[in-house]
Amino acid sequence: MKKSLLMAATLALGCIPLAYADDVARGEKLYNVYCVQCHGLSGHGDGVNVPALSVQPRNHHDTAEMTARSDEELFKAVKHGGKSINKSVLMPAWGGNLDDDDIHALVSHMRNLCCRNGE
Amino acid sequence: MKQGILWAALILVGLGSAPVALAAGAEELVRTECAACHALERPDYEALGIQERIDRKGPPLYYAGNKFQPEWLESWLQNPTRLRPAGIFPAAAVKESEEFDVIDPDKLIEHPALTAEQASEVATYLMSLRHHDDLIAANTYEPGTIAKRMGQLNFSKFNGCDACHSDEPGYGGLSGPELYTAWQRLQPAFIASFIADPVAWDPHTLMPKSGLNEGAVARLTNYLKLIGEEQP
Repeated sequence: MKKSLLMAATLALGCIPLAYADDVARGEKLYNVYCVQCHGLSGHGDGVNVPALSVQPRNHHDTAEMTARSDEELFKAVKHGGKSINKSVLMPAWGGNLDDDDIHALVSHMRNLCCRNGE
Repeated sequence: MKQGILWAALILVGLGSAPVALAAGAEELVRTECAACHALERPDYEALGIQERIDRKGPPLYYAGNKFQPEWLESWLQNPTRLRPAGIFPAAAVKESEEFDVIDPDKLIEHPALTAEQASEVATYLMSLRHHDDLIAANTYEPGTIAKRMGQLNFSKFNGCDACHSDEPGYGGLSGPELYTAWQRLQPAFIASFIADPVAWDPHTLMPKSGLNEGAVARLTNYLKLIGEEQP
């Protein structure tokens, strides 16, 4: 019994990084479809639409700014738009296009950009 | 894989600036020359997932008859101009630069020009593709008026449409199609229906589903009418 519990715990722990990596990869793909136009190919807030924007899009590599926001806030901003966190209307609400799993994957990718790439 | 690339290259070369040879019928012409880039039937979006959007080379045409103004379509096919400054999939058509990402013209695909006869036949065939009669039938938009200043504010400040779209040449975002000729190109009910629920038309659209009410949709649509009618 103890052995099987140990096995289960080991397997579960082993799966966490894999699941996280899958989430980040999926988030990166979605980011390239829905976000790069404003946030930039590299995620530095320098997308092709930037010259038309009155507010600079968030630089997702900005560790200080990004760590000041919880995952829940990032999720809310993506799902319900910038207005929902008292930010710009230029950040649209994507909740009608993406499901919650998609948005969680995007948050994982943003966390990867800001805080796990050594920038 | 190599064969696939060769085929794709041949198709692209074949779709160059030279007019496409007229096939036996418009449907055959469309199916042989257009299907490489345009969906003529509804893709299985659910099975293909987001990769479908990444791989897309041109707008879907299986609801062309619900979308376009036929006279405009026939004219455009003879003289195709770029409506989407950054192409159909912006991430594939831009490159990084020192300040911000810029459009890489080398990555944009030119649309072939058809002869007048081909354009007439192709436009007639495309207008028969009406997968979304249901969405048009459900739409209740009636064209109206809006003051230009109010329309501009509504388009930019209140709804942020200018982040991706331009409402006059040289002003607005580049990732979405220009909208100053939208009224000339598109059917009014399509415009209103698409603004209200773009995902119903295209599950992988890059246009956010805003949840705007009928009045707000009508105000935006009336603004596109106003600026579209100002165009030559």
